[in-house]
Amino acid sequence: MLQRSWRRLALDAAALASLAFILVPLVFVTWLAFFKQEIPSFPPEGYTLHWFSSMLTQKAIIDGFVMSAEVGVVATLVGLALGVPAALGLVRYTSWWGGAASTLLLMPLVVPAIVLGTAIYVAEVEAEILVYGFGIETPVIGTIGGLIAAHALIVLPWVVRLVTASLIGFDRSIEEAAQNLGATPVVTLRRITLPVIRPGVVAAALFAFVISFSNLELSLFLVGAGRTTLPIAILQYLEWKIDPTIAAASVVQIAIIAAAMLITDRFVKLTQVV
Amino acid sequence: MAKVEIESLSKRYGENFVVKDLSIDIPQGEFLVLLGPSGCGKTTTLRMIAGFVEPSAGRILLAGRDVTTLPPWKRNTGLVFQSYALFPHLSVEENVAFGLEMRKVSPAERRAAVAEALRLVRLEGFGARLPRQLSGGQQQRVALARALAFRPDVLLLDEPLSNLDAKLREEVRVEIRELQQKLGLTTVMVTHDQDEALSMADRLVVMAQGEARQIGTQRDLYERPADRFVAGFVGRSNFLDGGAAPDGLFLSTGGLRIACASRARGKGILALRPEAVSVGPEAACLDNSFEGVVEYISYLGSVLDVRVRLSPQDRIIVQIANRSGEVLPKMGDTLKIGWPATAGRVFPEEGVSR
Repeated sequence: MLQRSWRRLALDAAALASLAFILVPLVFVTWLAFFKQEIPSFPPEGYTLHWFSSMLTQKAIIDGFVMSAEVGVVATLVGLALGVPAALGLVRYTSWWGGAASTLLLMPLVVPAIVLGTAIYVAEVEAEILVYGFGIETPVIGTIGGLIAAHALIVLPWVVRLVTASLIGFDRSIEEAAQNLGATPVVTLRRITLPVIRPGVVAAALFAFVISFSNLELSLFLVGAGRTTLPIAILQYLEWKIDPTIAAASVVQIAIIAAAMLITDRFVKLTQVV
Repeated sequence: MAKVEIESLSKRYGENFVVKDLSIDIPQGEFLVLLGPSGCGKTTTLRMIAGFVEPSAGRILLAGRDVTTLPPWKRNTGLVFQSYALFPHLSVEENVAFGLEMRKVSPAERRAAVAEALRLVRLEGFGARLPRQLSGGQQQRVALARALAFRPDVLLLDEPLSNLDAKLREEVRVEIRELQQKLGLTTVMVTHDQDEALSMADRLVVMAQGEARQIGTQRDLYERPADRFVAGFVGRSNFLDGGAAPDGLFLSTGGLRIACASRARGKGILALRPEAVSVGPEAACLDNSFEGVVEYISYLGSVLDVRVRLSPQDRIIVQIANRSGEVLPKMGDTLKIGWPATAGRVFPEEGVSR
């Protein structure tokens, strides 16, 4: 009995330590955002909301925020449009190439983002030259389209994984039941399959958005002049100043992601899918 | 509801026949049961009727219409799945309405048909619930209502009772059978449970290794089994190895000379129902009368199963009614048993010819 309570205590302690490890940076960033002095130092000289209003006057940060949101939403939609059918195909029609396709779809997770960024940048250069060769003069490098395509690439593995997970326990006889009742395969997909795996799809969308929204390494190579994402705007600001404006921007970013998770959790229990 | 015609239907995977040259005409309103051990091709046959498995050869006609090449959604069959396969995200009402919705039935008619279907399976008032809020038996009834609501040409039941507990299973058996008779539903059910098959069917198809071994009523199968497999699968049989001699005589490998009505020749097997065997003094005046030693007794309550050794190679199980006050046999007793010539049926040895 005593031994059991000891084990229990050890487990609680380990859980607490892990939680603290995760939360401490968040707590400090949030705390810092309210410090009065310009150069962060301890103890704080007082508290102020000044940095939040200062952030709102920083055009680069506001623009970066809008840009990140746009790219995040579109990349998520593209990721879902590609990833959901891919997951369905991988689970349903496994053949000799199924394993290869599955690995290929997870590749973006394995390749370091900085390498991936370089590679995509080079690819974009090549693409622009190639298109130019056909007599079409259209920019590829630094366009929002290129950025979205790259973000879609890094969110794809997450979409495929999460949707695949929700399809594993899926009883295929309900699809047969729908077809037996007169539903064509398309109607079956729309009315039965997608609604049933919705929790997985919603979780996939959320992850995709968060990953795109917070991506720095890939975007660094692919943004155009004067059009940066929020993480890049924050990085660039940090090169000149280290006042708590950045902490304030981070707090807003954290709040947005947390809100997204809470909203999602209302529709699907995240603990069940992730 | 309509008749179903199956014409020389086959399903082959490479060299391997899952269903081989199956032909059955199912008249309107008949309850046909496909009975057989697992892997006998009964479920494949059902899935071919529903359109989920493409036949390698043969035709399927529903209400006179050739549906062999039609996809499932154009066939108008109502299938009840073993797992029920209810749509988990739709309410009971929406589940039952699905087939009507796919057929573009107007909302008003749809509501009426759904209410009627739920009334038939005694689930009025459950319409707003989700499938997971129902018990297994209730889910099974929703699946049945869903398959009936759109008036299919044929009702297909794929082991519909196997997920229910034993007591409920017997209730639902009667319920489905009564409903089927009341509505005059042409029904094809697949099962491996012979009690279930015998208690529900108008006619049965006993299948083994992809082939229909016998098609007939319960009585046909039980009293006139077509081969050794049917004799062993439907009800119980004693089997004695041996060979048929002329003059309606069967010589067992253990040396017994048994009178039987069969005219078969050559090596064969004699099948004998346990309850056809008489025990005690009255056995002496029957066509076949033997003495044997009681080897084993199973006390089953209303009856006793007694295994009697007639010769070193020949053992027969007999059933003795457990009437009060009677002296019951004990292990090692010598017992007189006998049976009329008509009780034994001789089949050629399995695999030699059929």
